[in-house]
Amino acid sequence: MTILLDKNTKVLIQGVGRDGSFQAIKSIEYGTNVVSCVHPNRKDQFFQEKIPFFGSVKEAVEKTGANAGVIYVPAPFAMDAIIEQIDADLDVCVCITEGIPIHDMMMIKNYIKNKKTKLIGPNCPGIISPKLNLKMGIIPGNICNPGNIGIVSRSGTLTYEAIAQISEIGMGQSTCVGIGGDPIHGLSYVDVLKMFEEDPETKAIVLIGEIGGTKEQSAAEYINNNVSKPVIFTIAGSTAPPGKRMGHAGAVINGKMGLASEKILALKKVGAYHTEDLSKIGETIKQIL
Amino acid sequence: MLEKHNIKFPKGKVGSTPKEIYNIAKSFGGKVVVKAQIHSGGRGKAGGVKICNSAIEAKEFSKKIINTRLITNQTGPEGYLVEKMFVTEITDIKKELYLSLLIDPDSECPVFIASLHGGMDIEKTAESNQTHIFKMNCDPFLGIKPYKLKQFVAKLNLPGDDNSQIVSLINNIYKAFISNDCSLIEINPLVIDDKANLVPLDCKITIDDDALFRNKEILKLRDINQENTMETRAKDYDLAYVKLTGGNVGCMVNGAGLAMATMDITTKSGCYPANFLDVGGSTDKEKIKEAFRILVSDKEIKYILINLFAGIAKADLIAEGIVEANNELNNKLPIIVSMRGTNSESGFEILKNSNLNLHVANNLGDVSKLLLELEKTK
Repeated sequence: MTILLDKNTKVLIQGVGRDGSFQAIKSIEYGTNVVSCVHPNRKDQFFQEKIPFFGSVKEAVEKTGANAGVIYVPAPFAMDAIIEQIDADLDVCVCITEGIPIHDMMMIKNYIKNKKTKLIGPNCPGIISPKLNLKMGIIPGNICNPGNIGIVSRSGTLTYEAIAQISEIGMGQSTCVGIGGDPIHGLSYVDVLKMFEEDPETKAIVLIGEIGGTKEQSAAEYINNNVSKPVIFTIAGSTAPPGKRMGHAGAVINGKMGLASEKILALKKVGAYHTEDLSKIGETIKQIL
Repeated sequence: MLEKHNIKFPKGKVGSTPKEIYNIAKSFGGKVVVKAQIHSGGRGKAGGVKICNSAIEAKEFSKKIINTRLITNQTGPEGYLVEKMFVTEITDIKKELYLSLLIDPDSECPVFIASLHGGMDIEKTAESNQTHIFKMNCDPFLGIKPYKLKQFVAKLNLPGDDNSQIVSLINNIYKAFISNDCSLIEINPLVIDDKANLVPLDCKITIDDDALFRNKEILKLRDINQENTMETRAKDYDLAYVKLTGGNVGCMVNGAGLAMATMDITTKSGCYPANFLDVGGSTDKEKIKEAFRILVSDKEIKYILINLFAGIAKADLIAEGIVEANNELNNKLPIIVSMRGTNSESGFEILKNSNLNLHVANNLGDVSKLLLELEKTK
């Protein structure tokens, strides 16, 4: 089993410009069942001569049975694309686009409450399930191996790093989820941890966090009460200088909670395994399992 | 921006020479507050704000400050150049409060924060005594809920029979916040004067960079002199540049997470990053070349570290850009490269077939090993 995606996942793609089409082709080559593309002005055309374009997400869903969507459209139009996918009741919406205004994300997060769609991202690398040869987004398929480690991360490139290290030690990944680097994003660590805990295929979980916010602390609290599987974690940014800050307000609202040391402490306290050295994620997993 | 939304500040005017400051102060009756105009907070503590008792004192103060760099706890060690100063009428302060509105990533909505202990020590108050901090969440769709606002302002125990002044101030701040895509509006101090009026004395606004495409009026206010030259140059190419002090490694990375991890790894080797260039996801060759040029223009660097994991980016294109820029600049500094992901094999081929002073790291662990070796052999 995998989380979020399965063998019935039919993907539609919104936004096939230079980067979007390159990534769409990579996804198709990897084995993903891409059934349709959406573009208001390219109705009745075909992507790569075989995948039909539709004028709207709703039409693509009706005609091709798409149940998951990937978004590569530029930031000014990304909110509308996400809302359109939510309105079409897709199971999963993965938004790769970076630079979406935070006010837009705030609206989206409130709009999506009680809706069917699960949003991944934005500003994320997406999801990959190597066993099914299925990916939504930009995680390079060639570094993955089917296996039993679930990965959840705020950072795209560090997700790849963890994947590569796991593959190098001869193990593999069940599902990898990049939840996105924006302050407001779709699924949280907690949402994904819950899915990994329930997924029989996943034997251990890698959590990659970073400084800022308090989301790693929420993850720690959830792990303490609900997660029985081993969790290996790393927090990027322990050596980052305090640097330029956003006025006093950031400090005022959260006190010291955003520091790497606070996050490490919170996760260690609930029994998660800490990898201080990011290059040793693979090694740590090997030791534990 | 705020006056458009009926938020009234004490009268004030900007001057850029001591003579102008003198004239403005005189027109306000002599007794004024003079503030250094830089794009940063923490000015009061750093000596950039002064109450002056006469126009002459205002002039003397401005002489000392104008054309110097003001370093505060929020500017970084470089500080900012003071080119202008703001002169305002004096307000008779009875009490200093703190009021801000920001988007809280945890509750995913705009949150008002208020404290009865405003002024320069608000951060200390926040650290030591969260009970003196009040918060009110707003609904992104409904805005401020009036019943919540009533409860919120009641906690502030302001003088007077009704809270009409603070209620309308809060409502107006909210309107300004939403209509300008702000991520922060911070009024500190918000004072109660001798006539029991609520007066915002100073304000800091942060606008979401990502929303500037739809706020063209705000874009006109951009003051490039208040920005780091290299950061501005990088921004024009849609790159993110961060300068750090005391380092000797110039780092090119993609993604904020990898930037932080690279910093952790470099620090472990005993070296320290001098700067970071985040080339982001979608990259083209021109962008990479410019990134390399910016990186190398930093005279403090002894090594170049390129640590990329190509997802949306393509490693071969990045490699081509690096080689072209390296040759153009005739760079001889050692370049440590860790590059993986999309098209990384052809990327490495391109690098190996060039005349780069190349040191290949096969994984992240190798990066600190290579740095250590280079340090030893120098």
